[in-house]
Amino acid sequence: MTTNLVYLEQLRRSLVIAKKDLRIYYSKAPVVLGGLLIPAFLFLAFSIGKDVSLKALVPGLLGITVFAASTSLTPVVAPWETMSRTLERLISCPISTSTIIFGDMLASCMFGLAICVIPILVGVVTGVSITYPLVLAVAILLATLCFSSLGLMFSSPPTGMPQSAQMLSAVVRFPLIFISGIFTPLAEMATWGRGLAAISPLTYFTDLARHCLEGISYHPLWLDLLVLLIFTVLFLVVAMKLHERSMLKRL
Amino acid sequence: MCEDPGMHGHHLMGESECCCHPEMSITPENIIEVQGLTKHYGDLLAVDHINFEVKSGEMFGFLGPNGAGKTTTVRMLTGVIKADAGSAFIMGYEAGSLKAKQRIGVVPELANAYADLSAWGNLMFMAELYGVPKKQAEQRAGEILENLQLYERRNQPVREFSKGMKQRLLLCMALVNDPQVLFLDEPTSGLDVQSSRFIRGMLRELNQKGRVIFLTTHDMEEANQLCDRIAILNHGKIAALDTPQRLRSTINRLQSIEVSFDHPVAIEALSPLPDVYMVKKMGDKIRLYTHAPENVVVSVVDYARFHNLRINTLNTLAPSLEDAFIELTEKGIGHDH
Repeated sequence: MTTNLVYLEQLRRSLVIAKKDLRIYYSKAPVVLGGLLIPAFLFLAFSIGKDVSLKALVPGLLGITVFAASTSLTPVVAPWETMSRTLERLISCPISTSTIIFGDMLASCMFGLAICVIPILVGVVTGVSITYPLVLAVAILLATLCFSSLGLMFSSPPTGMPQSAQMLSAVVRFPLIFISGIFTPLAEMATWGRGLAAISPLTYFTDLARHCLEGISYHPLWLDLLVLLIFTVLFLVVAMKLHERSMLKRL
Repeated sequence: MCEDPGMHGHHLMGESECCCHPEMSITPENIIEVQGLTKHYGDLLAVDHINFEVKSGEMFGFLGPNGAGKTTTVRMLTGVIKADAGSAFIMGYEAGSLKAKQRIGVVPELANAYADLSAWGNLMFMAELYGVPKKQAEQRAGEILENLQLYERRNQPVREFSKGMKQRLLLCMALVNDPQVLFLDEPTSGLDVQSSRFIRGMLRELNQKGRVIFLTTHDMEEANQLCDRIAILNHGKIAALDTPQRLRSTINRLQSIEVSFDHPVAIEALSPLPDVYMVKKMGDKIRLYTHAPENVVVSVVDYARFHNLRINTLNTLAPSLEDAFIELTEKGIGHDH
């Protein structure tokens, strides 16, 4: 078997891991509902009463939904496997740590893609038109990969308590939602606010969503896509390194 | 030429994934070859330069008390953890490499199947991870579940299984890729008598069908019943490695009688009894070590009658693993070749 075929086989086994994650962790009703309700409530809490058109609100709703769904369970899958003592059997299979982590990321990515259909439908039903559907599809795919990788970083400490990882992720996730131009477009932010927004990957996805749905964006399209790609690669590499280091401490 | 990718993070011996054996000539008889395998956990030397090989068709027992290094050794051989030094090869492939992992089945100590999946779901998941084609996996899973008496419960979630059933399922999961080598880490620990006997029977059957079995246990009798050869691990070192028969001939001398009387008796008074080669005071009891316990029982009863003593308790004791260790170490049977 050539090296390329072996890599392909490992990728196929990542998909097997992803399928397992979706069946065990993501198919639970509280997870699905949580993926929808938390962003919906947060969004409504900050948008009701504001004199803003629905067209201007849907990109933010899409941003927050994709972010919340893609980071919802990645922080807890590894601690869950540690707690339920299923990890050692997994590691002794002919797969690498990277294969396992990549599989966890794919599951989260698929969950994010499935959930994002809801805010898009809300937009379509209420008359919002998608100006650049292809760009939006690419942006959503990139964003789910990016946010899933971010979530994986939170699950790297070798704990067997999912709630610890969840708490750690909440400390980062919620501030990111507030600084990323979801509730207030970047153009309307103060300079310091825009500076803060620049460190959040969600900023660039929300900007892309505004571009695709409203036809306006703060950053050029290429910059949003490039920064999102850089964040994705960075988070994924860091998550894999951290997990490779911590995996054995989980046994 | 190396064919496994460097994609995975658990290289056992260095970065190379090449499966070629560097020094030893690989004979088809040697399925597992271990040389100088070493593992530290901080300052603790968990496994200390151990050497052994397991031959084709063998059931190999790995015995030792808790903390002796058994699980660490199995984890190094199955590629779960990385060795600090030494080498290990399974069927000529570097332990921990994807090729070696592909050829083994593993039942780790304290592992679980996925509780939310059914027995069938767990088996199909494992089969997919080993790249077993779907039809073949379904056929094999059906046969294995039938053999391990789980077929009727195949669609039930594992969370509803008893401990014995879960352990049998783990064995099914280890067999779904039809491995040539099976690693089992304390597979009967904590199980009831029926479940333990069933698993032992299965292991015997699997071994008879040609599978090499590497079994770790702290149960001397289990190893004695099942294994062709046994290595006894103590403080990370192999204290003895031999056939059960030869090990037993050493350990048999350690049978003992434990007795307590209604009045104190000095141990010196019992030392001259025939067939007794050592006497120890153990709390309110006296332990007499012998190779002929039936003779010593008679002698002790005669002694009590002669001295007008009443016997409160009288027990014959099988040799403990600790006794075996002491004996084997003192005799210098160490086999760290």
